[in-house]
Amino acid sequence: MIKEIISNKTGEKAILLGNEGIVRGAIEAGVQFVSTYPGTPASEIGDTFFKIQNSKSKIKNLYFEFSINEKVAMEAGAGASFSGLRTLVGMKNFGLNVASDFLMPLLYSGVKGGMVIAIADDPNCWSSAQSEENTRGFGSLAHIPIIEPSTPQECKDFTKLAFELSEKFKIPIMVRETTRVALQSGIVNLGKIVNGNRKGKFIKDPHQFSTMPPRVLEMKKELLEKIEKIRKDISEKSPINKVYGKEFSASSKMGIITSSVSFLYVMEALKELNLNIPVLKLGFFNPLPEGKIKSFIKPLKKVLVVEELEPYLEKEIMRLAKDINPKLQIFGKNLLPEVGELRPEYVIKAVSKFKNIKYQIFQPKLPVFSKRFPQFCPGCPYWLIFRAIEKAVDVKKVIFGGEIGCYMLAFCPPFHLQDYLFCMGSSIGVGHGIKKSVSPNNKQKLISFVGDSSFFHSGIPAMINAVHNKSNPLIIVMDNSTTAMTGHQPHPGTDKTGMGEETRKIKIEEIIRACGVEKIKTIDPINQKEFIKTVKTFLNNKNDKVSVIIAKRPCLFINKV
Amino acid sequence: MKKEFNIILSGVGGQGIITLTRILAEAALIEGYDVKTSELHGLSQKGGSVESHIRFGKEVCSPLVRQGGADLIISLEAQEALKMCYYASKKSETIFLINDLIKPILNAKKTSSKEISKKLEKFSKKCIFVPASKIVKEKLGKEVLSGVYLLGQAVSKKAFPLKASSVIKSIKKTVPKKYFLLNKKAFDLANYD
Repeated sequence: MIKEIISNKTGEKAILLGNEGIVRGAIEAGVQFVSTYPGTPASEIGDTFFKIQNSKSKIKNLYFEFSINEKVAMEAGAGASFSGLRTLVGMKNFGLNVASDFLMPLLYSGVKGGMVIAIADDPNCWSSAQSEENTRGFGSLAHIPIIEPSTPQECKDFTKLAFELSEKFKIPIMVRETTRVALQSGIVNLGKIVNGNRKGKFIKDPHQFSTMPPRVLEMKKELLEKIEKIRKDISEKSPINKVYGKEFSASSKMGIITSSVSFLYVMEALKELNLNIPVLKLGFFNPLPEGKIKSFIKPLKKVLVVEELEPYLEKEIMRLAKDINPKLQIFGKNLLPEVGELRPEYVIKAVSKFKNIKYQIFQPKLPVFSKRFPQFCPGCPYWLIFRAIEKAVDVKKVIFGGEIGCYMLAFCPPFHLQDYLFCMGSSIGVGHGIKKSVSPNNKQKLISFVGDSSFFHSGIPAMINAVHNKSNPLIIVMDNSTTAMTGHQPHPGTDKTGMGEETRKIKIEEIIRACGVEKIKTIDPINQKEFIKTVKTFLNNKNDKVSVIIAKRPCLFINKV
Repeated sequence: MKKEFNIILSGVGGQGIITLTRILAEAALIEGYDVKTSELHGLSQKGGSVESHIRFGKEVCSPLVRQGGADLIISLEAQEALKMCYYASKKSETIFLINDLIKPILNAKKTSSKEISKKLEKFSKKCIFVPASKIVKEKLGKEVLSGVYLLGQAVSKKAFPLKASSVIKSIKKTVPKKYFLLNKKAFDLANYD
């Protein structure tokens, strides 16, 4: 709750979500610039700042924005950091993919004001349905330092630590959560709020901020040196890489290495099985405290690595064991799944196998139940749109391109109207490629669906591309005047900024005209007859031109715009 | 109280499970327990099945209740209780407290409360069906209060080790001011004294 997140009562306890812990950590670190694009399971980071800055208890000297997409959010955050301010950028895993073009050279240049990038992964694809991404890979790809909290308290503490380190080493730091951290709530001890009062000033320094050869290779060398320095001076000594339980017992010669929420499952398992095995919990994923790990595994016979998704950590342990303890037996993905999230019972079973003890949960066969698919809310305008589509076209013949937003639910029953579904903006890009490729004899028609927030996020370049290259999909912009799926955040088509100031609405129809689309119509889908007729006419469009329908009717959960 | 107390809340998107989770967590904190919860947002929340976990005790590690480890499962929709059998077991003496409400599932045959009750018997010695939605709708006019009403039932049936006064304090802290009295009424309907 907002009241507690901005409470000045140092030492008080509050129940916060992991995402709220990150917000509180940033506030305790004197953050002055926050940018984001909403995405579950990271949305509450932005939402909380939005609520704070639109409340009576607005934090002074703190700027917040919902950016048009994650790449711009990160660029804006970097600009603030270059100007000396402490900056937080929040997004979900897929958002980091969008922002990665900027992220890679940002590591080369480094930053000035502390810059923390909070990323939430979603093992099990609870709300990120397009791939089960493991963002820890960016540690090797971009050389970005990554720290992994496991509880809301750590979310707060690690975020503060990340700001300090970022500023000290002039490098952006990633705080990586997963769903079970971001949307875990727990007790957090509140620290002191620091009101940031820096006056931003950009001091020209092309030597640092312009990435051009031959300087860029020097920068890479400096980056690698920086990472080694962080490893040696910080990661090796940091209390966030910590051994729990008795260090090592000559009789058992066993140990467990883990991080993030998996650590909590390991502790649960040891409690449940009444075991005492030393556990090395790693707060740093990159750079790893290699020395600390080596001294942990040196006396061991067996080690169990407990981590979600791909065995990144396990591979590192294998590499380190080669020098220090080549006979070490390493367990990990042979006892735990690589696909899907971990659960306490999986870890309890893995630990019992590792320890060669029997453990079984006795349960009768689970009852069969019907799956309840997610659906459009009752009264959602999207019902009107998809009902109209069913009436207007032969759904067996027309190809439907979907993407990310509430309209992805058209994949589920009763509609089944999504023939391909990838990232934001892709319904148009892929649709264009299909239209260019299918033989005219096949007469295949195609409709690309794109939401209003997605259109701003990454639909516009794809639309211009389709027009320029003389493609002819029918594009339906599903304009419900909000970013509905992630919790009704504003976007450039709305009239409020993240700070709650009035701003100019960017009109989607004007943009589409400016993209060179000639056949365009804005219709409220409540006018079913007109909607159906227009779909039919536009789809049977004989010439090679893009046509667009803007289906405009606000989401039920926002005030009518 | 034994080591930890494990609660699962289940239902359908829009029934207020996130708020109930917060109410229980705050009530546990008020009583001085360590507490952790786990919930889901976004796609998984839209009209589909929703579940959340609340664990409290002296020291809580995992935010998720383990398989067969629930002490109490409160289901705001009866068919959803079937899915929660994963967390139930006779060994843990799981209690089911179920809103006797069936929300139709698209393209599926309705399962009656009787059938559900029979299936649950394998997992629990104590399954309580309460027409919570019907009662709060009749008496208070708002179906969404069924969850808070069931919390009152849980206290009255001694299904969890939290005091009524702590839950009420927590409701006051959690729900918007203008809805507090209505929520308290729903909670009190259960006659827990």
